[in-house]
Amino acid sequence: MSLSPSPLFSAPGPQVRAVSDEFHGDLLEVSMGPHHPSTHGVFRMMATLDGETVVKLKPVFGYLHRNHEKIGEGTSYLGSMPYTDRLDYLCSMTNNWAYALAVESLSGQAVPERAQYLRVILAELTRLLNHTCLAGFLLQDCGASGTPLMYAFREREKILDLFESLSGSRMMCNYQRFGGCRTDAPPGWLEAAAALVGGYGAFLDEYEALLTGNEILMARTQGVGRLPAALAISAGVTGPMLRAAGVDYDLRKVDGYGFYPRFEFRVPLGAHGDTYDRYMVRVLEMRESIGILQQALRGIPAGPIMDPKARLRGFRAKPGEAYGRIEGPKGEIGFFLISEGGPNPYRYRVRPPSFINLTILEDLCLGHSIADTVVILGSIDIVLGEVDR
Amino acid sequence: MIQPIDPPSATPPPAPTEAERAELRRQGILLTSLEELYNWGRSHSVWPLQFGLACCAIEMIAASMARFDIARFGSEVFRPSPRQADLLIVSGTVTKKMTPQVVRLWNQMPEPKYCIAMGACAISGGPFKQGYNVLKGIDRFIPVDIYIPGCPPRPEALLHGLMQLQEKIRGQKISGPEAPRHLRSDRPCDYPVPDFGEHDLVPPQNPDVWHPPAPSLPAGA
Amino acid sequence: MESAAQIRERLVAAFPGASVEVVVNPGPAAQDSLLLGPDRARAIAEFLRDDPVLRLDFCSNVTGVDWPAREARPGCLEVVYHLYSMARKHGPVILRQRTADRADQVSVPSLTPVWRSCEFQEREVFDLFGVVFPGHPDLRRILMWDGFKDHPLRKDYVEPDDYEWEPTAHGEVLAKARRHQAAAGEGPGP
Repeated sequence: MSLSPSPLFSAPGPQVRAVSDEFHGDLLEVSMGPHHPSTHGVFRMMATLDGETVVKLKPVFGYLHRNHEKIGEGTSYLGSMPYTDRLDYLCSMTNNWAYALAVESLSGQAVPERAQYLRVILAELTRLLNHTCLAGFLLQDCGASGTPLMYAFREREKILDLFESLSGSRMMCNYQRFGGCRTDAPPGWLEAAAALVGGYGAFLDEYEALLTGNEILMARTQGVGRLPAALAISAGVTGPMLRAAGVDYDLRKVDGYGFYPRFEFRVPLGAHGDTYDRYMVRVLEMRESIGILQQALRGIPAGPIMDPKARLRGFRAKPGEAYGRIEGPKGEIGFFLISEGGPNPYRYRVRPPSFINLTILEDLCLGHSIADTVVILGSIDIVLGEVDR
Repeated sequence: MIQPIDPPSATPPPAPTEAERAELRRQGILLTSLEELYNWGRSHSVWPLQFGLACCAIEMIAASMARFDIARFGSEVFRPSPRQADLLIVSGTVTKKMTPQVVRLWNQMPEPKYCIAMGACAISGGPFKQGYNVLKGIDRFIPVDIYIPGCPPRPEALLHGLMQLQEKIRGQKISGPEAPRHLRSDRPCDYPVPDFGEHDLVPPQNPDVWHPPAPSLPAGA
Repeated sequence: MESAAQIRERLVAAFPGASVEVVVNPGPAAQDSLLLGPDRARAIAEFLRDDPVLRLDFCSNVTGVDWPAREARPGCLEVVYHLYSMARKHGPVILRQRTADRADQVSVPSLTPVWRSCEFQEREVFDLFGVVFPGHPDLRRILMWDGFKDHPLRKDYVEPDDYEWEPTAHGEVLAKARRHQAAAGEGPGP
C-alpha cells in the first residue's frame, strides 16, 4: 500500500510544460482543467500553444464517468429512468422522453394524446430553460461575470417552479413512463404555464437588447470557431450546432416523433457556422419554442395520460432491440436497448450528443487563441454528465 | 509592605450574562471575547471554491443566484483559485479518475479550510454507488465537516448546511486540545494523493481519515 | 427507403464475395441490421455513404456489445453502427461487425475514416470492451485512466471490493457482504 505524500509546495494552477518541436521552436503545453472555472464541469483540455495560438488540443474525458451503462444492465427498465435524469442534468424531461420513446419502441406501446401534448410542452419548456442558461454561461465565458447568468437563472427558477409542482422535483423529474406520463397536471398548472410562456417573449426581448447587438459579444464570437457543414455531418454533430453550420436536420421535423407534425414551427439555420451563429440559432429556437408552447397549451385535450394496457411493475420487453432518439436541446439524444426478454436490458447504451459534438473541438480551436477556446467550448453546449455518462 | 486591599481570588469573576450583554449593547458597548470575535469574523466570510462536479453543482450555482443568494451569508464570491478559498463544497459524484485532483485541490487550500459534502454522491457514492469508477464518498480521502443529503439537495438545504458550518466555526475554541486543525501543529495539513492503479485507486481509501464502522450482519450469517 | 434485405442484394452485387448477412430483429421495433465481414467492411461503408440513393452520411451511434459464449454460439464482441442520412432524411440502416472471439482475436476494421463521428465512440468501445480497431487514428482509452487494465463493460468484469458493508434488504448486497467478510477473514459482527 503506497501513500505518496504530496510535496509541500505543489504547483498551483494549470500544469504548464515547455515542449520543443524542431519546426516550431518552443511550444507550451497547458492543461486546462479538470478543475477550471470555464470548462462547464470536470473536463480537461491538453492544449499545446505557440505563443497564444492553439496548435494542438486533445480533450481528456472520464472525470465524471459514472458507469451509467453498466448500472443500466443491472437495473430494471423503470429503475433506469431516474438515472436518465442525471445524464444531461439540466434537461431531465427530454432525457426521460428519449428513454421512454426507446422502450416504447422496443415493446410496441402506444401513448395517449394528452400525454403526448404534455411531453411536447415539457420538452419545449426544457429547451427554453437550456438555451437561456446556455446564453448565460456563454456570456460568463466571454467575461461578463455573472449578470447575464443572473437573468438566465431568474427565468430558469420560474420554469423549475412549474416542474416542481408537476413532478415533485426541480431538476431530477423522473416524470415520463413507458406509455405516458407519471401524473397529470394539477389544476391551475396549464394556466400557470400559459402565463409563463406569455411573458417569456418580453424576457427574450430584454435579454436580446442586452446581448445580441453587444459589440463585445460580436467581436469575441463572430468568425470564431467556424464549423463547415461537411465536417459537421461527417462528425455526427447534431442539434443547434449543426443547424448553425447551415444543415437543415431537426429530428422534430425529420422523425416527426410525438405530436410535433401537428405544430407549426420553423427551424432556424445559420449561415457561417461560427460561435455567434450558434448563439443566434439558439435564441431563434427559443422564439420558435414559445410558438410551439402556445399552440400546445391551447390545443391540449382532456383524457388519460397513461396507456391503459401498460404494466409498469414487472415490465418485461420482448426480445429484440430498438434505437429511439429525440431532438434534445443539445442535439440528438438516443437510447439503444437490447432486450433478451428479462426484467433488465441486456445492453443499455446512451447516444450522448455533447460527447459526439466534441469530436471537432480540436478542429474548431486550431489557429485561435487560448481565450477563444473557452468561448468555443461554451458555444458547443456540453454537460459532463452526458459526455462521460 | 503594602498589602492589597482585595486579595486576588482563586476563581475568576463570573462572565456577564446574556441579559447584561444585551443591556450593554443597547448602551452602545460591545462586550466580547477574542475567541468570539475571531470566530465571528471567520464564520461570516466563508469563501467557497468554484468547484462543481456534477448535478449538485447546478443547485450550488442556483444557490448563488438572485433567488437564494448565498452572498448574504458571507460567501460573497466563489474563488476560482484554491489558494484564496476557505470552503470546498464537493458537489457531485467524485469519480476515481477525479479523486487525485480533488485531494490536490484540498491540499492547495490554505488552513483554516472546511469541506462540505453536498449531495448523496459526495457522502457515499449516491445512486452511482455500484459504479466501478465511482469513489464511494469523498470522506475516504479528505475530512468532511458537514454532510448535506439530497439528490440534489435544494439550494435551501445548501444554505442550511452553510449555516450549520457557521455554527460549528463559531463554537470552535482557539486554544487547548479542542482547537481546530489550523491552530494545532500536530495535525496534518497535507493529505496523501492516491495514485491510479491497474484496477482501482492505490490506496482505495486513506485509513487516517476514514473510519467506517465494522460490517455487521444479522444473526445466522 | 429500402429494406435491409434489398440493401444486401445491392451490396452483394457491388462487392462479389463480400460477407453480408441480414440479422433479423425479432421485437416490434423491426429494425433489421446487416452483419459485415471484416474484409470489405470499410469499402462497403464508403459505398453506403456515397451511394446516391441511400447517402448515409451520418453515423449516429456506435455501440459495443459483449456476447459471452453459450451452447448455441461461441463468444464474440460486437460493434453496432446506426446510420442515418441527413441529405435524404431517412434511416436507420444498422451495420454490425463481430470479432472472432473474446480473447485475442478482437480486432475489427475501424470505420472512422468513413464517418468522423466514430472516432470517440470507437475509442470508447476499445476502452470498455477491448475491441481493437486497426485504422483508427488515435486508439487509446477515453473514459478510464490510461493505466487501467480491465474492460469494465464486459459481462465477466469483476468490480473492485471497495464498499463499506452494512446489511440492507437487498439479497444481492447481503450476499456480496458475506463474500467480503469471508475474503477479509472477519467474523460476523454483533
